[in-house]
Amino acid sequence: MTNHNKFTRRKFIKASGVAASAVAAPMIITSSKALAAPTEINMLGWYGTAEPDMVAEFEAAENVKFVPKYYAGGDNMLAALAQNPPGTFDLIHTDAEYARLLIESDLVDELDPSDYPMDDLMHEDFMQFPGHWNDGKLYSLITRYGHLGVSYNKDAVTREEAMSYNVFWDEKLKGKVGHFDWHLPSLGEISLLNGNTASGPFDISEEAWKAVQEKTLSLKPQVGGYFDFGGTFAGLKNAEMLAMVGIGDWVTGILERDGAPVSSVVPEEGGIQWTESYSIVSSSTKKDIVKKYLEYTISAAGQVKSAQMLGYPGFAVTNAGRAMLNEVDPKEAKRTNQVDGDPNDPVALIKAGRIHYRDIPKQQSLEDWNDFWSEYKNA
Amino acid sequence: MKNKLDLYALTWRMPVIVWQLLFFVGPLLFMIAMSFFLVKNYRMEEAFEMKNWIKMTSRGYFWDAYLYTVFLASLSTVVTSLLAFPAAYGLAFKVSESTRRWAIFLLIIPFFTSYLVRTFSWYVILAESGVANAMLAYIGLGPFKMLNTIFGSIVGYLTLTFPLVIILQTLSLSNIDRSLIEAAQNLGAGRLKTLWSVTIPSAKVGLIIGAVFCFILSFGDFVAPYYLGGSKPPTLPILIIDTTKAGQQWPRAAVVAVVMMLTLMTVAYTAISLAYRKRR
Repeated sequence: MTNHNKFTRRKFIKASGVAASAVAAPMIITSSKALAAPTEINMLGWYGTAEPDMVAEFEAAENVKFVPKYYAGGDNMLAALAQNPPGTFDLIHTDAEYARLLIESDLVDELDPSDYPMDDLMHEDFMQFPGHWNDGKLYSLITRYGHLGVSYNKDAVTREEAMSYNVFWDEKLKGKVGHFDWHLPSLGEISLLNGNTASGPFDISEEAWKAVQEKTLSLKPQVGGYFDFGGTFAGLKNAEMLAMVGIGDWVTGILERDGAPVSSVVPEEGGIQWTESYSIVSSSTKKDIVKKYLEYTISAAGQVKSAQMLGYPGFAVTNAGRAMLNEVDPKEAKRTNQVDGDPNDPVALIKAGRIHYRDIPKQQSLEDWNDFWSEYKNA
Repeated sequence: MKNKLDLYALTWRMPVIVWQLLFFVGPLLFMIAMSFFLVKNYRMEEAFEMKNWIKMTSRGYFWDAYLYTVFLASLSTVVTSLLAFPAAYGLAFKVSESTRRWAIFLLIIPFFTSYLVRTFSWYVILAESGVANAMLAYIGLGPFKMLNTIFGSIVGYLTLTFPLVIILQTLSLSNIDRSLIEAAQNLGAGRLKTLWSVTIPSAKVGLIIGAVFCFILSFGDFVAPYYLGGSKPPTLPILIIDTTKAGQQWPRAAVVAVVMMLTLMTVAYTAISLAYRKRR
């Protein structure tokens, strides 16, 4: 009785090892490139800008992975930069008024305009947008924008009524007017209602600033609350608020896409524009791939993704982007008036002088405006 | 022998002492120090300046928010304690041991879910076109405005504190020596007289601690007054958020936080002194 052919434990382990190696080898060899750890791009941006609907396509194509840190409000963005060591972030998505501060603090790299389709931008202001350029040099690439005005419930307010900020004082809206809880857009809109259009709603004299405060305080009896994004969204959705100060299609657009009876208009007194851009952080070690993403965001395909962004909609900044949006998603293009010849085309509104770019107060300090906002909320 | 005993006692006390030092005394001292710091270019710089204290305490809106927060927290405490008492009384005296255990278990369950999510769910119920108004409409009432009002804030506070207060009251009432109640009844005291003269004084410590917890949680809560009260007007926790959002003024927020801590310590100390005060 020999046990030559017996399948011993040692033989089993040996055979298993060979078999396992044989099965795994092709996978290891063929997919080593694909399985290479993706390059992480650490991004500081508003909520939604690094979600799959925006970046998945680029991630797959370039084997990168976005690691976002979301913020709400430019102050928080600057604080995140100040409180983290250099090299923490590679890419910053921000508003124009805060991009200026990034440039002044020497935190972002100069960009070469010839790398981007600047000639295809839809308005000449976009080509040298205030805050994105310094001393004739480009530092932040414009990517999307939106307009703030009167947002309203269509069952309670007509479009004609909404075409003036005075609708907020309408008796039927008593207790039903909400504020987005940020002083700049709300006070900017009241400033526009007061006729501060010559040098813009944020560049106003002390006298005009007092008048803005008085006018704002007179709105207090109408106000139903002050809300962050979630509260604004819920308030409009369940018709608890019938009109909102300080927001625009970036909130109502999401609800409107779902069929809620809400909309936003730029009133006759004018609207305020938020403008977002991307900058490459000076201390980043991944500048080449980040630059590639900037090129992607301003490409026609990137612009369509931005216009359709689930987080909050924004307008396309290039002609190619608009053309592709009209081609692939005509419904969204029409909903947002991004159609050539539309009387409410956002570019046409800028050309008509009805849009003012959001900015920080010029003749008062940001603290003055913020202090008044706290007083107003307590009045 | 004495030293040995002290070391033994100290060993058992150590976790509490370490916990208090690490998670209460340390952060509190840092917060107090921070209230004297300055913010330059969105970065805090160590300093010892009174600027933040002068700035915050000289503003009318700070004191308005302070008084409103004290008022809301007090109202929440009274409403919650009064609503919780009958439920706690029933659980302590009118149900079996097993039912009481199940009830306490069920009261703990709300804490398994996010308070923010529970608060947002009230939107659907309290909205003018919501469930509550729809039910009231059946009996010809309403619609009533419930969201973005004091009522909304109180509902939010109840969501946060009601189960906890019932549990504390129930445990306190359950531990009353039943022979005292029986003695009062044997001596001819009616139900209300027994409740007022025997039951409540006997459960005083637990009832007051329940109320103190309710006050503390309501006083420091941001969610209810912001989302259900509409921040109209803001409370101190909302003011802290506003202050940090505007220019990253954490030191000014620390001023508000220190004032809140001092208020809560005063309230808690007074209440606990009252709870343990002997009857003369």
